This record gives sequence, structure tokens and C-alpha cells, in this order.
Amino acid sequence: MSKTLFDKVWDTHVVRRIEGGPDVLFIDRHLIHEVTSPVAFLGLKSRGISVLYPDRTFATADHNTPTINQHLPVEDPLSANQLKALESNSNEYGISHWGLGHQKNGIVHVVGPEYGITQPGATIVCGDSHTSTHGAFGAIAFGIGTSEVEMVLASQCIMQPKPKKMRINVNGKLGVGVTPKDVALFIISQLTTSGATGYFVEYAGDVFENMSMEGRMTVCNLSIEMGARGGMIAPDETTINYVKGREFSPKGEAWDKALAWYKTLKTDADAVFDKELTFDGSAIEPMITYGTNPGMGMGISHDIPDAAHAEGGATTYAKSLNYMGFSEGESMIGKKVDFVFVGSCTNGRIEDFRAFTSLVKGKHKADDVTVWLVPGSHIVEAQIKEEGLLDILTEAGFSLRQPGCSACLAMNDDKVPAGKYAVSTSNRNFEGRQGPGSRTMLASPLVAAAAAVTGVVTDPRTLIEELV
Amino acid sequence: MVNSEWSKATKKSVKSNNNKMAYDKFNILRSTAVPLPIENVDTDQLIPARFLKATERVGFGDNLFRDWRYNADNTPKKDFVLNNPVYSGKILVGGKNFGSGSSREHAAWAVYDYGFRCVVSSFFADIFRNNCLNIGVLPVQVSPEFSEKIFAAIHADPKTEIEVSLSDQTITLLATGEKETFEISPYKKDNMLNGFDDIDYLQSIKTEIEEFALNLPL
Repeated sequence: MSKTLFDKVWDTHVVRRIEGGPDVLFIDRHLIHEVTSPVAFLGLKSRGISVLYPDRTFATADHNTPTINQHLPVEDPLSANQLKALESNSNEYGISHWGLGHQKNGIVHVVGPEYGITQPGATIVCGDSHTSTHGAFGAIAFGIGTSEVEMVLASQCIMQPKPKKMRINVNGKLGVGVTPKDVALFIISQLTTSGATGYFVEYAGDVFENMSMEGRMTVCNLSIEMGARGGMIAPDETTINYVKGREFSPKGEAWDKALAWYKTLKTDADAVFDKELTFDGSAIEPMITYGTNPGMGMGISHDIPDAAHAEGGATTYAKSLNYMGFSEGESMIGKKVDFVFVGSCTNGRIEDFRAFTSLVKGKHKADDVTVWLVPGSHIVEAQIKEEGLLDILTEAGFSLRQPGCSACLAMNDDKVPAGKYAVSTSNRNFEGRQGPGSRTMLASPLVAAAAAVTGVVTDPRTLIEELV
Repeated sequence: MVNSEWSKATKKSVKSNNNKMAYDKFNILRSTAVPLPIENVDTDQLIPARFLKATERVGFGDNLFRDWRYNADNTPKKDFVLNNPVYSGKILVGGKNFGSGSSREHAAWAVYDYGFRCVVSSFFADIFRNNCLNIGVLPVQVSPEFSEKIFAAIHADPKTEIEVSLSDQTITLLATGEKETFEISPYKKDNMLNGFDDIDYLQSIKTEIEEFALNLPL
């Protein structure tokens, strides 16, 4: 029978299929961080059971770490305690721990691929909804709750009903200034924030085929923002070139065997999806969100839709615009920006900093904007320096912080104050997401760069014409 | 009760591990309800990230809907439903797409710790629904029409009672007798009726998992 990419990977990992219940799914790689794992370890202890395969779990601290002065002790006692718990739990059970200060420390969904933990055809979970990022490699990767973290530690399995399948095709040539982030925000704006709930998505078409791994990770990362548990892209030459030779990638004979398996990982020509959507990539423009969920996005040159054309009830829509201080029918162009954040598991990779730098080169940071540039890992941080990007950024009035999740969820001190506006390359514009009362506009690194040098929402295409 | 393969295996494992039940059994819940007719209630509203710093599962109910419930100076916001003494109960009725966003189980813990045992919505986000089922909070998905009826009934009489029967898979407005059935997998239903969780089951098939792991492609 014909199978989709998703079927092939899922079915290979089903230990047992329960009639009228979920599948018992074997998990190849498990990533943990400080926020969603402590209670799982407590659960193990109270049950008196151990970690079944410690070498299949990797720990990094990211959500709750400072992004300056990482060499100093963490000041907040609660955060310090959480970091300590991750370290002691990892040590107790023999799990690799990449804590603050470790060379491999960084955002879990950035370091996982960088070190080759992420492999095509793998099943990967983490107590974080943006685990969908790893689907860029043709892996089945999704976020889980803490009870499930405990299950994976105890048994390397979770129990999940098999989701439905959706394919999203995007073909055509992307316009100038249109990045993978814009493609994703566009798709979410079309599907709404719940449009893919219950589905696992495969992204197909030449737009994704022509994307770098970094771009594919950005797209798959945002799958959860339309409700999908995960999204994936069939592995190809680009994928294989990325994973080959990384520290935890298979080597020698194991690599040959893995390669043979990777090459089978594509949807059969006549396989059927429960839902299939197709979009024209050339029609996508740089995107920006105007509301309080990622589905409330539009082309940057458009006007904020009126309630009649918006998803959700009128009350919810009005509440959202009221929170943002925006009105129906307004343009976003020219709106004041107080903060710019570039980073997160969505856009904290080297290409994102290359894009940002390409636009700000030769210009200067606007005076009344605070800009946080936060690399996703030490590898990204080192690349920014080695490629000379840091010199350009410094010249333009910017500085670089240290790796971590930072203002994406504002668990640490990187908080946008109440009432202030942020253009953010992260993944969620929920009320208070970047700090109590903060107002977030999600966008690409190019839109962020345009805001950083002008101090207002600006169409990046007006600034990059000379670059093309 | 479903007398099934997994039920037997789970009971055996619970007995052999001498474990206490993972959470309270759930069968019939009769209660007044708290209405929250807002769509896309996300996990950052259920519990903001800055309250995720605990290393134990305690006290999350205090911060349920923190920023909708309290002003910046920690005084209660009078217009938020949890601060309105007219409404109370063990059932929370939310708008469409309830629990979207993060995988933080803390959101479900906050709902449970506050005292809710059941959340009703016309549509749930995937991970939040799973998290609820894993800790003994019953997510009841109703039709948009029935959701409207529930909101209207609570609006008309905040003391109106709702009965949720897990064994019958029904939700009933007791004042009028109007009811609707809801879906839950037989496996999860059996777990909740008995207070078992997935770890009990997975521990019972550990040998099978270890054999399976020997033949994986990676």
C-alpha cells in the first residue's frame, strides 16, 4: 500500500498498536530542558523506576537562562534551582547535560540539529511544542507534556493515536525580501491557529525544496502555531549534506545503513492525504502579525482586516486588537516599535543573522529602539563572529547577547515592558508572551532589521532594493 | 467498565509496582460551572511563563489566568470571571480552540490545582487535551451549538448544574435535561475511570519495548 513520508516513519516506530486506543510509539531521541523535566524526574523517583535508555536523552538549559554574563551565578534563586535540578537529575541518571557555560549549551531545537542528534526518519520528542522544528529533516518530531517526558524517560515510548495527514504544497519563486518565516506566517494566516489541529503536516513543493536546512527548520518550527502537532519535509541532498559528519550522526558502516534508510523517506506518488492545500509562493509578501495569535498575520503592505473578515468571534477579535492598541482598517506601516528581538528556536540560526546584517549594513540602529540579538547556540555565536557579521553589527550600533530562549517567552530578565511594542522573530504573539502587558508583532529577521534601523514598522523591500 | 487487554495489563502492573493510583478516579461529576466565552485561550494566559520556575507540582492554581485575574499590583481584576463570586464550580467552560500554544503541562496543572476537574469547549488544542487526560482533568468537546446552550444556561442562572458522566460519555444541563455525547478513546476512558496512567501500562510491556529497540533503523 502506498505510504506517505509520515506513515513510513511512524509505522516503523510502532511497538504495539492498541485496538480502540493509541499506538505505543518508540522514541529515538529525547531532548529535555530545565522547565518541563523536573516534575518528570520526581515522578520517576516516587515510582522507584529508572531511565531505560539514558543515551537517547540529551539535556540542555535554555528557557530560563540569562543572555548576558553567563559566567556569573544566576541571580534569580528559582531559576538557579531549576538549572541545578536539570544538572543533578541528568547526572543521577547518566544523561548528557549541556548546562549554562557548556560549549554545547543553547536552544534545544538549535543545538539538536547542530550536533547531529536530529536525523532523518527519527522520532524525536521534547517537552516543548516547537520540537516540530526537527521535522525539517524528515523526522517525526513533536512537543509533549511533562507526564509524557516521564513516560519517555521510563520506557522510551509514548502513547499516541496516529494523527491525520495533511500536505501543504507551495510552489513558485519567492519575491525579494520574502523569507521562510514569511512563508510560514502566510500559511498560518490562511489556516488559522487551529486549522491543522489533529494533523501532521508534510510541506512539499519547490519553495521548500529550494530552502536551506535553516529555512526548513523555521517553517517546521511554526507548524504548531496552526495547531499541527508537527510538520516535516522529505530529506534530500540538502538534508544529507547537513547531517553528514556531525558529532552524533552515524559514522562508517552505520552511516551507510542510515543513508539507505534516509533514501526511502519520501511520500509514494499515489499516497493519499486526509487534506491537501496548495499555495502560490510568488504571491507571498513579507508578513507581520497585528493581533494576539500567530494566525492574525498579513502581508506588511495590507491593512488590518475588519472583524467580519477575521477568524474567531467579534468579541475575541475586538479584545485582541484592543490589547494591541490597533484598529480595524489601519496600516501597520509606520507604527512605533520600541523593541526588536532576533532569536529563538524559530529564527536564531546563522541565516537569520546573515539576513538581519545584510539589511542593517551601512545603516544605524534607530535611537529609541532597544534591540536584542540573541544567537540560538554557541556555534551560531561563533559563526556570527567568524563571518565578520559582528563587525558590521557593531559598526551599525548593535551588540550581541549570549545564547538562550530569551525574550521569546521572557522567563528570564529579557522582558518587554507593559504597553511597549516589539517586532519579534519568535513564534508567539500571545498577550503578555514577551513580558506582562507586552505587545508583539511577529515577523522575519528582515522586517526586524527594517524596524531596528527606522524605529517603526517598515517594509524591508523599500530598504533592500539597492541590494538586489 | 471496559474489560480489555490494556486494562488487565495496567492493573497487573499497578499491583506489582505497589504504586498508588496516578490520579483520582473520574466517573460522574455534577457541578456548577465557570464560563469563559473567549476563543483561542492560550497556554500563556492559563499560566504565564514566569510562573514556570517551580521544580515541584505545587501551587500552580494560584497563577491560573494570572494576568487576566490580577492587576500588576496583584490586586484582583474585578471584571474577570474567577474573581466574580457569582460563578464557581469544578467545570470550566471555554471558547473554541482552548489551550492552544505551548506544551507546558503546567497549564493543565494550574486548571487542576485551582479545583477544576473538567474543561468544556467546542474545540481543544491537541497537546493541552493530552496533558489534561494524563493528569485526570476530563476535556469534554461539545458541538458549537451545545457550547452556546451551556453559556446561555450559565448566563441565565449561574447556579445551574451540569452533569458530566464519563461512563456514559454524556454532558447534561440538569435544569432542562438537554444532553450531548462526547468522544474519548476507550483506552483513555478506562484509565480515567480507574485512575491509571500510561506509565503503568508502558512498564507492563517493558520487555517488548526492549526487544523492539534492537531492530530499529537508527
